[in-house]
Amino acid sequence: MASSAAVSVRAPGAVLGRAGGALARGIAVCYLSLIVLVPLAALIWSSRSQGVQSFWDEVTKPEALAALKLTLGAALLVAAFNAVTGTAIAWVLVRDSFRGKGFFNAVIDLPFALPTIVAGLVLLELYGPNSPFGVDLAFQRAGLVLALLFVTLPFVVRAVQPVLLELDQEMEEAAESLGAGRIAVFRRIVFPNLLPAILSGVALAFARAVGEFGSVVLISGNIPFKTEVSSVYIAGQVESDNPAGAAAVSVVLLLISLGVLLLIGAFRHWRTQHDR
Amino acid sequence: MRRISLTFLPLLVLAAGVVVGARASTAGTTLNLVAYSTPKDAYAKIIPAFQGTAAGKNVSFNQSYGASGDQARAVGAGLSADIVALSLEPDVSTLVKKGIVPSNWKQNKYRGIVTDSVVVFVVRDGNPKNIHTWADLTKKGVQVITPNPFTSGGARWNVMAAYGAERAQGKTDKQAIAYLKSLFKNVSVLPKSAREATQVFASGKGDVLLTYENEAIYANKKGVHTEYVLPKQTILIENPVALTKSGLKHSEAKAFLRFLWSSKAQKLFGDTGYRPVLKSVANSPKYHYKQPKTLFTINSKALGLRGWKSVQYRFFDHSSGIMVRVIGQ
Amino acid sequence: MIGRYALRFGALGYLAFLLLIPVGLIFYRTFEHGFQPAWDAVTNPQALHALWLTLIIAAIAVPANTLFGVVLAIALVRHRFPGRGLVNAIVDLPLALSPVVVGFSLYLLYGTGGWLGGLSEHGIKILFALPGMTLATIFVSLPFVVREVVPVLREIGTDQEQAAETLGAAPFTTFRRITLPAIRWAVCYGVVLTTARVIGEFGAVSIVSGRIEGKTETLPLYVQSQFEGFNTTGAFAASVVLALIALTTVLAMRIFRPKEGVA
Repeated sequence: MASSAAVSVRAPGAVLGRAGGALARGIAVCYLSLIVLVPLAALIWSSRSQGVQSFWDEVTKPEALAALKLTLGAALLVAAFNAVTGTAIAWVLVRDSFRGKGFFNAVIDLPFALPTIVAGLVLLELYGPNSPFGVDLAFQRAGLVLALLFVTLPFVVRAVQPVLLELDQEMEEAAESLGAGRIAVFRRIVFPNLLPAILSGVALAFARAVGEFGSVVLISGNIPFKTEVSSVYIAGQVESDNPAGAAAVSVVLLLISLGVLLLIGAFRHWRTQHDR
Repeated sequence: MRRISLTFLPLLVLAAGVVVGARASTAGTTLNLVAYSTPKDAYAKIIPAFQGTAAGKNVSFNQSYGASGDQARAVGAGLSADIVALSLEPDVSTLVKKGIVPSNWKQNKYRGIVTDSVVVFVVRDGNPKNIHTWADLTKKGVQVITPNPFTSGGARWNVMAAYGAERAQGKTDKQAIAYLKSLFKNVSVLPKSAREATQVFASGKGDVLLTYENEAIYANKKGVHTEYVLPKQTILIENPVALTKSGLKHSEAKAFLRFLWSSKAQKLFGDTGYRPVLKSVANSPKYHYKQPKTLFTINSKALGLRGWKSVQYRFFDHSSGIMVRVIGQ
Repeated sequence: MIGRYALRFGALGYLAFLLLIPVGLIFYRTFEHGFQPAWDAVTNPQALHALWLTLIIAAIAVPANTLFGVVLAIALVRHRFPGRGLVNAIVDLPLALSPVVVGFSLYLLYGTGGWLGGLSEHGIKILFALPGMTLATIFVSLPFVVREVVPVLREIGTDQEQAAETLGAAPFTTFRRITLPAIRWAVCYGVVLTTARVIGEFGAVSIVSGRIEGKTETLPLYVQSQFEGFNTTGAFAASVVLALIALTTVLAMRIFRPKEGVA
């Protein structure tokens, strides 16, 4: 765009600056590699070091498969639940007005900032055997789902809020004045606009739920075949000195994470296309 | 903003390095003790007692406690250790195999065993569900808590106590394994370590906890409303302690090991619920524990227990062990 | 009309039972037995060291991820280079990856027998020491600054920067005078997110820490060890400290959030 002829007249400092920029980029990419790529490469290498058959055997072990099924099932359930509750909460926070709204809006981020072990601890105290409410969800799947709901709370809410805010309400008002019911208005006009945002929030919630460890490890009981999720299974494999098993299931989780990332990218792309 | 971080980053790293480095260079030797989950309180008393002796002056300790198998694995992966105090022999043997502990670690008067205990049933105050025998554990509606045998040493003692108890009552190998299956049907939670299992039980979950006697005593001390039942048949738990090859380089570590078998340390172990191995202490009235009717060990061949090496493989191997099938039902 | 109240109470009730009451419980349980036991629980040497260690790791991880995050963001938006798509994916990966997998991959890399396992034999302890825990923390908190800066860079476009260049400014001057001020709020928000993630990290660090008391216990790990040792007051007191830090972070997030969703 800018004339390259003008740019070609460079001060000597600019040349150095340009080289410095390239160096900075190079160092940054090295940083990225050292921090993320090399450890993951070590993981993938370790998983194939005993051969494909051993990898497959570890992944198809009954306990590993049960953990994976539970992990995916619970994550899907929680993600779907969040799609509804997250949108509802976002709606209330954007469209409704009441005293203390700012407070509620701020605390949505709390599950993100609170250490997962603390979350697990308080959920156990509140909804476990010592519960003042008289319920006991600990050491069963309900407890697992509860912990996952806690940590995935912010994602859909924060994804939907900005879209809802920017939404032009004229169309809704027009439809309502023409006699459309509120639910129909939501279904036909608002919801399609929110869908990409909801889906990207759901994907993030799903990814988080699949990998969750700290909050789950206290309240779920980690019972193989009943309440043991893949992250806990991997930790157990590491602790009982079976790195091959840990590596194999880790690679499976890694692939799931990559898949979800692709999905999030696709939703993001869809959303930017959707914005007019 | 970036400029600020740019300036501070090296300073902070430097500061961190200085602080961390300064901490490390305290006068005297630092020994690294890596232990399983339950003897934490015992060592909390024994270490200061050792530091009060001439050999222990100016010796400081880094301590790490966790599930026995987990700790052994960590040491194998590079966790610094001069003294390893684990729940059972196989966890030390893994370290021997990895060249971290010398193979002659057992060659002393006590075969490397520093404390004894037995497997007991911990129940709620008053024993509301009337649990007294191993058969009671498999009754309908009884919730049993035991740690996961693949990570916890205590859990492995529990399993072998259950198996051995059945054999001691005249059952065959097949029947004893069938008993294990029905026992684990009643297991509702599988925590990672013995200490965690006590925690779960204390929080109100379960009717009976299978654990070390010393852990039962510890729970009571901490105000948990429980009592424990010594079953008629149970296994003698023997906890090993060993110096690693790096520990051998320090005379203080050798002195500490010797101290663990001194009357003073054995009394401190006794105070925290362990059965001392030093005869003079074990026989004194204060530390004389009730003996179960039938006490067997991991080497009781008549009951099909041929030592940890064969048992570890037969029951607890990751792929082919009996417990894989028992838990996997 | 009823629908609106129903929705409001439903949503807020859900938040209360899932979020507010549990967090409130932390404060209640901590001071249940009075202020003094709680105070003692967080001022003993082990707890203080855990807090110190957590802050030290943050002091290293946050500036590192901020510095490299800004550079990476600029590289991703302003420059075309081979593998750009891959770099983009790698930056986002920690968001979707389980912390256990993160910790375990570091354990494989730096443990005895790993590719870099030889370092410990030369006296450079990575695993079960500060460097390993810091690396794990940097890994999981990597994306935030990048992800916040990238859209802002895209949005502001290159016009001003190119204008500066034609006027003869060196690239670094352009960066300092034009780019940096434009992205500074995004950077601030990214820093806040990174800090929150760093202080709250548990899963990855628990695999590489070795739990050496008074040496490699961060405050979240301390919470767990206190809970396991039946010191519930200690566990909750330490949780209060973490909760207060979290609340501060959440407030900061509210202040720096790029698009405010609530008036």
